[in-house]
Amino acid sequence: MNLIAAAAAEPAFAVPVLLLDICLMALLVVVAFAIVRMRSLFAIVMLQGVYSLVCAVWFVTLDAVDVAFTEAAVGAGVSTVLMLSAMLLADRKSTPVPMRRQFGALMVVVLAGAAMLYAVGDMPAFGDVNSPANAYVGMDFIGKTAEDIQIPNVVTAVLASYRGYDTFGEVVVIFSAGLGVLLLLGLNGNAGRWEAKPNGQVINDRTAPSAANVEDIRTPDQKAEGET
Amino acid sequence: MSDLFLQYNYIIVIILMMTGLYIVFASRNLIKKLAGLSVFQTSVFLLYITIGKVSGGQPPILIEDKGYGADKDGHALLEGTIQTAAGGASYILPGPGSDVLYSNPLPHVLILTAIVVGVATLSIGLALTVRIREVYRTIEEDEIEAADFVYNLEGTAD
Amino acid sequence: MSNPEEKLGVDEFGRDPHVLLRVIAKFLIPLIALFAFYVQFHGDYGPGGGFQAGVILAASVILYALIFGLAEAKKAFPPRLIRYGMTLGVILYGGTGVVNLILGGEFLNYSNLASDSIAGQHYGILAVELGVLVTVTTVMIAIFYAFGSRQPETSDEDW
Repeated sequence: MNLIAAAAAEPAFAVPVLLLDICLMALLVVVAFAIVRMRSLFAIVMLQGVYSLVCAVWFVTLDAVDVAFTEAAVGAGVSTVLMLSAMLLADRKSTPVPMRRQFGALMVVVLAGAAMLYAVGDMPAFGDVNSPANAYVGMDFIGKTAEDIQIPNVVTAVLASYRGYDTFGEVVVIFSAGLGVLLLLGLNGNAGRWEAKPNGQVINDRTAPSAANVEDIRTPDQKAEGET
Repeated sequence: MSDLFLQYNYIIVIILMMTGLYIVFASRNLIKKLAGLSVFQTSVFLLYITIGKVSGGQPPILIEDKGYGADKDGHALLEGTIQTAAGGASYILPGPGSDVLYSNPLPHVLILTAIVVGVATLSIGLALTVRIREVYRTIEEDEIEAADFVYNLEGTAD
Repeated sequence: MSNPEEKLGVDEFGRDPHVLLRVIAKFLIPLIALFAFYVQFHGDYGPGGGFQAGVILAASVILYALIFGLAEAKKAFPPRLIRYGMTLGVILYGGTGVVNLILGGEFLNYSNLASDSIAGQHYGILAVELGVLVTVTTVMIAIFYAFGSRQPETSDEDW
């Protein structure tokens, strides 16, 4: 009585999963196109959080439970908070983009997409158990984990033990990113802030001369060239 | 056309990737560029995970065999399921004669690393944007270039 | 968040506009932290592990900072401790590797940590996942502190 395989092979079982897949994919495409057209930065940041969350849901139906967990926590959680806090320090709206630049970007993207779609013909079918990606080392890890390490979660075993070097590199990358942000902004928000008293007059980094105070001396031709 | 139906995941993922890339290329606002980059990254993760999916498979968490002919949910075990019984618990493995299939765990490991590295680079990009905003008073690319042009021409900033 | 020193208090009628948020947050934040530790230690038996647990724990601290103010959060989780924690996590991971070197094996080969090779693997995975948890938590909190404490040039009303 093969309950697991019988359930999966039954035609009635496949249709709800397929419908769910189609709904999630449609939602992803709609959200991505909405981000393209939006100009309010708050809406863009929120939509990219929604995109990450819907991707996390799709990961669950694709049997990637660890990845779904991480994507929901990181992409829809922390990443959205960080983008919001940066947006609050920066700007609220984006200016519209001229047609010439949009057209150029569209051409590049359409060409790249066409090249990739041409290559899709050689890719293995979705869910193929004998595809080259699923046939070699990846599936061997399952048997090896049951012998060497004997913990049920194969992904943790591979991450922490078999590919421990890569995870060490990743921890160092996170550490350096934190270090970089602390150098740029300061743990108490003080990086780059200074005060000086030359000849008894107090200046600080906010009142010192900056490029924003310089007037635009370009000729009209140079301005038109810079607009494209 | 049946091939198209078998490979719909790649087509959708390519559309999403190209949308993210278009946002990066076409927008002038630095924060919108970073949001587009995040969309692009997440779509690439989707590509890897759909490649690793095995239809009829389970998440790659080994099912434990309690030794009384059923797994932990009470489903009856199949005859001829391959098990391993060494030292500690025994798990049900895939293979010839077994009816349990697991999805490929290797792409999951790669993407776990990639997600966290992605948020690390995003935070550095955002910190740079905040500092740019403070110096240039704007985060639009064309205005930053104009200010740089004038700065380079003048040689100084007053 | 634009003025970290501002105390969240009452409005002009003496009512607290955020009382619902505060009560629920007081209830939820310890539960979120507990869930983070559950995810950390059950990463061997189900989905989970160091990264997910670190992000959830950082999210509970960020929630505390959002509801009760950044100054309160900095009193509860001082920035100095966060700075030390960033390096402590990396040292924990690298240190496990070096301990394996000392005990006679290769770098990050956990089999030598105990007499039984499988138990050694379990100890090794526990130690490195702990290192990952500490690093990810402290780095996320540090980045949030950095963004949250930066004073903006124009206040919110000038937009």
